[in-house]
Amino acid sequence: MLNYELIPLNENALVIKFGEQIALDIHQRVRQVSIYFMENHVEGIIEVVPAYTTVTVYYDPLQLTKNTNRKWDVEVLPFERVCTVLKNILLSLENADAPKGKEVVIPVCYGGEFGPDLEEVARRNQLTPEEVIDIHTNGHYLVYMIGFAPGFAYLGGMSEKIATPRKDSPRLHIPAGSVGIAGMQTGVYPIESPGGWQLIGRTPLQLFRPHHPQPSLLQTGDRIRFQAITKEEYKQLQEEDNGDSRCS
Amino acid sequence: MGIRVVRSGLLTTIQDLGRFGFQKDGVVVSGAMDQIAHRIANILVGNEESEGTLEMTLIGPTLTFEEDALIAICGGEFEASIDGHEVPLWRPIFIKQGSVLTIGHCRVGCRAYLAVAGGFHIPEVMNSQSTYLLARIGGFQGRALQKGDMLLLREPRRKHDSLLFHKKITLLPFIAMNWGISFELRAYFYETPKTIRVIRGAQFADFTKQSQEHFLTQPYEVTPQSNRMGYCLDGPLLERKQSTEMVSEAVTFGTVQVPAEGKPIVLMADRQTTGGYPKIAQVIAVDLPILAQTRPGEMVVFRDISFEEAQQLYLQRELELNQCKKGIISKMEG
Repeated sequence: MLNYELIPLNENALVIKFGEQIALDIHQRVRQVSIYFMENHVEGIIEVVPAYTTVTVYYDPLQLTKNTNRKWDVEVLPFERVCTVLKNILLSLENADAPKGKEVVIPVCYGGEFGPDLEEVARRNQLTPEEVIDIHTNGHYLVYMIGFAPGFAYLGGMSEKIATPRKDSPRLHIPAGSVGIAGMQTGVYPIESPGGWQLIGRTPLQLFRPHHPQPSLLQTGDRIRFQAITKEEYKQLQEEDNGDSRCS
Repeated sequence: MGIRVVRSGLLTTIQDLGRFGFQKDGVVVSGAMDQIAHRIANILVGNEESEGTLEMTLIGPTLTFEEDALIAICGGEFEASIDGHEVPLWRPIFIKQGSVLTIGHCRVGCRAYLAVAGGFHIPEVMNSQSTYLLARIGGFQGRALQKGDMLLLREPRRKHDSLLFHKKITLLPFIAMNWGISFELRAYFYETPKTIRVIRGAQFADFTKQSQEHFLTQPYEVTPQSNRMGYCLDGPLLERKQSTEMVSEAVTFGTVQVPAEGKPIVLMADRQTTGGYPKIAQVIAVDLPILAQTRPGEMVVFRDISFEEAQQLYLQRELELNQCKKGIISKMEG
């Protein structure tokens, strides 16, 4: 039996909570439940948002309030109705396994103008820049959730040997594709934004593609590796990946 | 043919009811800040409630209509005129080709919505016309309107024969209907300070007794840093009993987060999909339009109600809107 709590967020969203701590087994449940809703249409459910230990379900209270004659029946409140629907679904999911996420290799041109903080990350950890790159590319990373910005993946699995605190004052413009480190986390900025992460490199891949049926390249549950490339390879890949770069 | 932008106003963007279905990709929902005014504006011109409208902020745009159109402006009390003649808000207005609509300063409230029968002819991005400025997606080329922009219109779904009849007999540049939205339905933002009702957030109990009390009784000021993404509030600082780290999870329109420094932030239309700050409260759905009409410098007071009551208020308001819609449709067809 799956252990969970159903917590209201507001009149049209509720949180299915599987626990408090980031953990692999909880991540598996989050994926299993969110994949169910992505693959099955459930009357009155608008969308689900997986996170570290929760799946948030957005629903249409009015649709859930209509009875079989399409009339509004306000005797039972929408939250109670959506809970009944969800409990039945969660019960049916008991023994199912979540399929493995896809593997994605992210090519990164480290250091130089693309990674202005590579030296600082190395110095703070008593490593050479080459050693930082080695450690970063040898890691196996898991996408725990997408959030913060369109296409931004929260990754688990970075070695603590290259952990580095955020910059004291954030940069105002960080280019899309920048790869950074903040404390124990590593990640890629999908769109240009301000931010305080230590930048160690940049990828030519488009992580956010607004005209693609799946706008975020990375999805919860994907397994990520980084691969070092040269500046020439960066330019070549950038030209190849420009198919979906229009943002209008 | 269409609408030409003569002056853009302070911040004028195309918004609908939001971009749903892609929050799992981290895509911000966006949409109209005041969804009631947006929906009523659409209803008044016979559109679907979800059709894109022009959201204007504090100072409205000046627009030349290069074709006949049926429009409605709903929301905050903006000065509005057509070729120098003052025009009413919250009513259908038939505007003749060649006329200039000038929307000036907002006297009360903060935002208004201009709906045009048929809607704007702009592509949907991820199933929505809403503009999300930060990622430059949706709306008119992913940005706010600028002088010289040309907005093309779509053919209205319904033909308004009675209006076309009026068109033939008037010499004025426009005709405003002699009926509109009742005062009760549109008078939601006149109170000062505004009372905003909330339900308790998932981490409400983590705050000290004193902070809980302060939040639910003391006035908070909407600061100038507030925007479509969130309202930053100034008032008594809010402290937690223990500063435990939280893991990020989904947040929504009206979620009140408290970062470590203790100043609450209410998340609005352009909020991020997830957040990692403790949630002290959640603004109830029916009071979000009040907050959307609150401008920087104004005060708000939060009051808590039960989740059951919040749901009942929500259903009740939807019933009222539905009745209002039926009334408007019968007027339009009559």
